Amino acid sequence: MTPDYARLYDLLRQVTGYIYPNEIEVHWGILVVVYPYLTGLVAGAFILASLVKVFNVQAVQSVYRLSLLTALAFLLVAPLPLLLHLGHPGRSFEIFLNPNFTSAMAMFGFVYAWYLMVVLLLEIWFTYRRDIVLWAREEKPPMKWIHRTIALFSNDVSERGLAFDKKVVKAITIIGIPSAFLLHGYVGFIFGSIKANPWWSSVLMPIVILFSAIVSGIALVIILYMVITPMRGQKIDMKCLDTMASFLFYTVIVDFSLELLDFIHRLYQSEESIKILSEMVSNRLFISLVIIQVLLGMLIPLVIMVAIRLFRFEEELRKLLYFLSVILIQLGIFATRWNVVVGGQMFSKSFRGLTAYKMELGGIEGLLMTLALLVLPLLVLAILLKIFPAWDLPKRALGGEAVPSA
Amino acid sequence: MERRGFLEKLFAVALPGGVLGLLIRRAPARAEGYEASAHYYGMGIQVDKCIGCGRCVEACKDENNVPREPFFFRTWVERYSVRWRGEATVRNIDRALEGPAEVGGEGEVLRSFFVPKLCNQCDHPPCVQVCPVGATFATEDGVILVDEKRCIGCRYCIQACPYGARYLNPVTEAADKCTFCYHRITKGLLPACVEVCPTQARIFGDMRSTASPLTRFRRMNKLHVLKGHLNTEPKVTYADLDGEVR
Repeated sequence: MTPDYARLYDLLRQVTGYIYPNEIEVHWGILVVVYPYLTGLVAGAFILASLVKVFNVQAVQSVYRLSLLTALAFLLVAPLPLLLHLGHPGRSFEIFLNPNFTSAMAMFGFVYAWYLMVVLLLEIWFTYRRDIVLWAREEKPPMKWIHRTIALFSNDVSERGLAFDKKVVKAITIIGIPSAFLLHGYVGFIFGSIKANPWWSSVLMPIVILFSAIVSGIALVIILYMVITPMRGQKIDMKCLDTMASFLFYTVIVDFSLELLDFIHRLYQSEESIKILSEMVSNRLFISLVIIQVLLGMLIPLVIMVAIRLFRFEEELRKLLYFLSVILIQLGIFATRWNVVVGGQMFSKSFRGLTAYKMELGGIEGLLMTLALLVLPLLVLAILLKIFPAWDLPKRALGGEAVPSA
Repeated sequence: MERRGFLEKLFAVALPGGVLGLLIRRAPARAEGYEASAHYYGMGIQVDKCIGCGRCVEACKDENNVPREPFFFRTWVERYSVRWRGEATVRNIDRALEGPAEVGGEGEVLRSFFVPKLCNQCDHPPCVQVCPVGATFATEDGVILVDEKRCIGCRYCIQACPYGARYLNPVTEAADKCTFCYHRITKGLLPACVEVCPTQARIFGDMRSTASPLTRFRRMNKLHVLKGHLNTEPKVTYADLDGEVR
């Protein structure tokens, strides 16, 4: 195998100042940007679902199931970019079989398995059990068999059985919230614990990453809700939308404050690395950080959302403004992931120079693969929604759970 | 009952497998009769003796099959030029790199020197801490090695190294770095870079030995380590190190 060095010689010409010679290549490229973005969406969507259950927010009841399924769809795809990025994907099972317990990354297997098996799958199963049983009774094969199997051949829709389901869901949700925090907080810790890298090394990192995750997850569910509802020929429930938007508004404010605190803290402490980091922000990251992450992804949506609260716009305009904000926020959070991951490798640890990153179009680490990885969870979600419809549930509302109407 | 049987079988396979995996320690190839616990290696670098000839870099690449391209180094030499005004400029001395060798106009340079760099073989190594599968490990004789057959190529160690001492070998797709020429030192030979250094700017030895060139170096000089504030506790120590060096 002859590795492709032309790309590296090309990069060499874009280096400014001095970098350690082994630092020319940005080792964690676009795929590692996609990974925290996807898990962030998982954590965010799950926390939105949990709000419904734990705090019993009736207004957003109709997106509860959608949020859960969104979290599952994105969680199923999340390890894929990591796997593709490995030099030896065939050895990835070593992380499970032979983990090094001092490594934050080795904990991935456990955190992921816990979240998938104990939290998401169980919550979804107990949430849907009654409906799956009822669907299976009325359907024709092959859907009948699929639902029978997924219900693990349970057939109990008695009051007692349903009351038990409800209790379990409540318990899982309570375990689930700290688990979602763990899932994404640990992703932040992978970066935040690297003392060699001043751009990453910060106790705030897991918290900032977590709050931006909640922001992106809520924004994603809003987008999905606003797109899917008209596709189903239904009317968007403005009360639900307004409530989700106000959750989004508060989390954006927290997220923005945390990022601002991080920024001011760095600037005020003005450590050894401040010069090279400022150079990086004002050159290499100017568009992705200043323009996309801060201006488009945070300030403009904030202004829009404040305006919506101050002036009672009519429904149609409000919908349009919400949609614009959530798209911008989504773009901004992706840029946040980019700025953390790629930004952390653009400057030399000698603090004397900057390297560059050039994304390819094709190939494993390319733009097309990235787009595919971002679309794939949506396809998975579409399949999940076919098997577990989030709406039009069986009308025989047994037990306590309110059947979503929208 | 069926489920229980399946679970039992699963445990029967997974448990011993996991335990075996934990028990099997990586054993690097060593010469016969070599007692690892009797040694503890380190290196000293006398900055003022380095003339920037780059023979150490060449020898290292030859000895260890490091790709020739100027993006992969187990050791490299930096040239510092501190000017009267403005910042120091630094360059990597390597034959494969183009560009002029001069460092500035007449009278501009205040002081200039070369600094050899390599893996610091830290006593408190961040790379070993972060490796998810334990492919990077510390030997009893104090050297940090990579098991290229176990490395999954996640590159977390490259991110965690404060010194830029690691690279991903494009041929093996595994992390790679200086080993103090472990295959040589366990036979009583010197690392290749030390062997070829014409000015003895690099001094290799056993820190347990009371009478070795390294011990003499450590006794006769004021020593410094790179990025000491990061608490990595390097075993590569520098004499005559300038404050500009990072």
